[in-house]
This record gives sequence, C-alpha cells and structure tokens, in this order.
Amino acid sequence: MNPPRPIPRLDAENRAFWTGGAEGELRLMHCEDCKSFFHPPRLVCRNCLSEKVAPKAVEGTGVVDTFTVNYQAWMPNLEVPFVIARVAIDGAPGVFLTTNIVNCPVDDVDVDDRVRVTFEQQGDIYYPLFEKIS
Amino acid sequence: MNTRDAFVSGVGQSEVGMRLTRAPLLLTLDAVKEALDDAGLGIDQIDGVSTYPGKAHGYLGFSPIGADELIDALGIRATWYAGGGEITSQLGAVAAAAMAVRLGQARHVICFRTVYEAAAMSRPEEFPPIRREKVEGYTQWTAPFFAISAACWTAQYAMRHVKRYGMTREQLAQIALTGRANAALNPRALVQKPLTMDEYMSSRMITSPFCLHDCDRFTDASTVIIVSAGDALDEVKATPIRIAAMAGAVDRLSWDQAEWMACYATGPELWKRTDYKPKDVDTAQLYDGFSFQTVAWLESLGFCEVGEGGRFIEGGTRIARDGELPLNTFGGQIGGGRLHGFGFAHEAVVQLRKQGGARQIPGDPKLAVAASGGGPLATALLLARD
Ligand SMILES: [Zn+2]
Repeated sequence: MNPPRPIPRLDAENRAFWTGGAEGELRLMHCEDCKSFFHPPRLVCRNCLSEKVAPKAVEGTGVVDTFTVNYQAWMPNLEVPFVIARVAIDGAPGVFLTTNIVNCPVDDVDVDDRVRVTFEQQGDIYYPLFEKIS
Repeated sequence: MNTRDAFVSGVGQSEVGMRLTRAPLLLTLDAVKEALDDAGLGIDQIDGVSTYPGKAHGYLGFSPIGADELIDALGIRATWYAGGGEITSQLGAVAAAAMAVRLGQARHVICFRTVYEAAAMSRPEEFPPIRREKVEGYTQWTAPFFAISAACWTAQYAMRHVKRYGMTREQLAQIALTGRANAALNPRALVQKPLTMDEYMSSRMITSPFCLHDCDRFTDASTVIIVSAGDALDEVKATPIRIAAMAGAVDRLSWDQAEWMACYATGPELWKRTDYKPKDVDTAQLYDGFSFQTVAWLESLGFCEVGEGGRFIEGGTRIARDGELPLNTFGGQIGGGRLHGFGFAHEAVVQLRKQGGARQIPGDPKLAVAASGGGPLATALLLARD
C-alpha cells in the first residue's frame, strides 16, 4: 500500500486543476483573448498578458514526451518501481504535466505512447494520472 | 585585461565530509581564512559578501549560513551584499559579485556556499527535517506523483537523450568514472575510491537512466571564492583570474514546462559576450549534481552538437585529465562532494594557477569554464589567466 500522495494546497489559481476530476474533467487554464492554454494556472495569460483567463476542460488525452522508471523509495512504504512521465496534453500546445503512467507494467511505457487521463481521488483532490490507450 | 574587469583573487575550502560535527559557521570560517590567505587579503579589506541561496530557514542543512550572519559574525564592514535563491543558480552569486565590483559597489567580495545536509540529516533534533502538511509552489506539480527528488526530474531530460539521440548508460557512465578517477587524486574529495565500469553497470537503479553513481550525495563543506575589482588588484598577492565572460538564464522556474534545461540558453549567450571560442578552453568544470547535467552543459557550451554529448564522452579519453577537454578535475560533485556549484569555480581557479597537485592537468592552461545549475536555472563563468 502506497503512502498518501502529497496534498496540494488549494487556492484560487489551482483549485480547478486539482478538483476537476470530480466531474471527470482535466481542466487547464485557458485565455479567452488569445485562445491558448497555459500551465501552471495563474491569474494572467503568459502568452498575451490578458486577465480574461478561466479553467477549461481539455479532452484528457496526450502523448508521453519523456519518462523515468523510478526505483528509489523516496518515502517509507512507497511501492517501486513506478513510472513518472511528462505528458504533452492534446489540444494544449506547450502544456506538459508531470504524472504517473498507471495500469500497465513499467517496461511497457515508452516515449510517444498515446495516453488518457484517469483520476485517483484522495480526499478533495483528484490526481490526474494517465494510462495507455490500447 | 583592464581595471574595469572583475577577478577571482582567492579561493578557499573547508574540510569536505559527511556528518561533520564542526559547526557550519566554523566550516565557513575555515574556507574564508584559506581564501583570504590565498589572496593575501585581511578580513578588514573585505567590503562585500555574496551567497546562494541565503539562509534556508526551515531547511538549514541546505544552507545553514546567511550573508548577513557571516558579515556580523566576522565583523565585516560591507558596502554591498546579497544572498538569495532567486538568481540564475549557485554561481549566480559569483556573477552578482562580479557586477558589484565592476560598478564600484565593493572592492573585495567574499562569495560563499556552505552545505550541511549530511550532518543535518544525522542530527534531526538540531536540524528538524521539513514537515509539510501540504505542497505548494512548483513542488505541487511534481511531488503529488512521487516525483520528489530532482533525480526524477533530471532523469526525464536524460531519458529524452536516450530515446531521441541514442545516449547509452555506458556513455553516461563516463561522467561518474571520470569524476571518481579525478577525486582519487584530490585529497579533499568526498569519495577517494575510483569507480569501475562494472561497478557502475551493476549498481542499483535510482530512476532510469540514473543509477546510484549518477547522483551526487549529501555533503558538509564550505567553499569560498573572493571576487575583486580590477583596480584593487594591487592589494592582492595571488595570481588573479579574470572573469572574462559570464551568462545565465531562466525561462520559467519549472522542471516540466520548459522543453530544454536552462543551460541550453546560457551556453550560446556566454560566447556572444567574448571573443574566446569553445576550442580555446583548456578545462571545463561543469555541474554534475546528476551526471546528465554535465552532458547537457557540454552540448550547451558548444563543445559538441546538441544530441552528441553521449558520443563526445564515450570511452572517457577526451574528458580525461590528459585529454583534449579535461573535465571536473576535482572529481565533480559525484566524486568531490556536493559543494553545490561553487566547487566548479574553485577548481577552475586551482587549475588555471597550476595548483592542482596530483590532479593538475598538463600544459599551460589559460582558459576555463565553470558552470552551475541544472533544470530551469543555469550560470556559466569563463575564467582566464592573462
Ligand atoms: Zn492570452
């Protein structure tokens, strides 16, 4: 049994990201002026400096940009090995999420794998993990 | 050389070890005294202090001594000082000092980095470990996925080189093998035993492609670099080393949104600011908190093309002490200890002055590059003996 995942402190900027999974949605910050997504979520668009920004759901699919198979138990009882990956999010060019690739053997993960979000709930937080699209 | 340039006038270092009992302020004092003796300066001639990342309240092992604390403790009368983590990595503190002396804000600046992580972990009652209820800032984008160590973040950049450019573990091993071979000739190095390829290949994995030997380890030490103004060199007795160029970069302080580590923007910028070329460099001292960071620096600084770093170091002869580009001759952080950036500038000065003893590179080295930082922060210094 893994230890609990570290819990993000929710605030006005990050709440939609960490709780969107309750409705099954992966929500990224989106700019109404230049129509771009950006991450981490902030109260201003880093592409055009507009304040007309709001969380918006994306499809929830993406591509493994790079990854590492982690063998070191950084916390007591952490189950290893597991995969940490950087996923490029479909429909949101330039946005990457650090995440875990789950529900497959660690040796099955490779760059360019197509993946889909799957949420893991822990209290108020819905952690966006990803699994391979077979 | 002109009087408007900034120079390294002295370097010093404390004992380097793990779980030292000597207090971090006194380790810093040891390094300060050695650097003052080296430069031929007295503490009363010091009028500036610069450090990275400032005193880390709540995580004292990482940085137990602040600049203002050192100023007060050693009775320094400063006209300029700085200390903080919001700068382009560890050697950014040296670059800031160079700017200060060039602009006449100070004449002789003590730049220091004191680390005490091994001792702090062994004495938790004195140095309580961080206990966070919740994660925030950029940590919230990695820690919730158990990507807790910079090893995991850096490994993903390394894996991209494995997949995109065909970098192999045998190639990457040369950073650790070279560092450990050099460390064996450095009396102050943390690890004195050389490493074999068999030991490297059979060691346990930490986070692929990194095994145990690709990672530096917690160290207790203090390193001091004294930066002096060009018009104050008449007070200095040591051979001054000119800071011929410096560059740094930060795009965004994030280990996952930036496609390339900040070194890739820093290297080309360094060469824009000087007439020297990569081929003029006699030795490179490049950050190796994790082995791949050195590979990235070699590419960034134009010693080879992007993607060619693995092949550049393959076999290790090119980066050996008698090779065309002697690398991390004090052992790097993997062999020499996690001096956290400052060790690279210290060693560049030692080599340019031909004071390396058993590890001294052959010939008449006149130009060295020292670089610190991995991930979103990077600083490079070009150091010249005129
Ligand atoms: Zn915008």
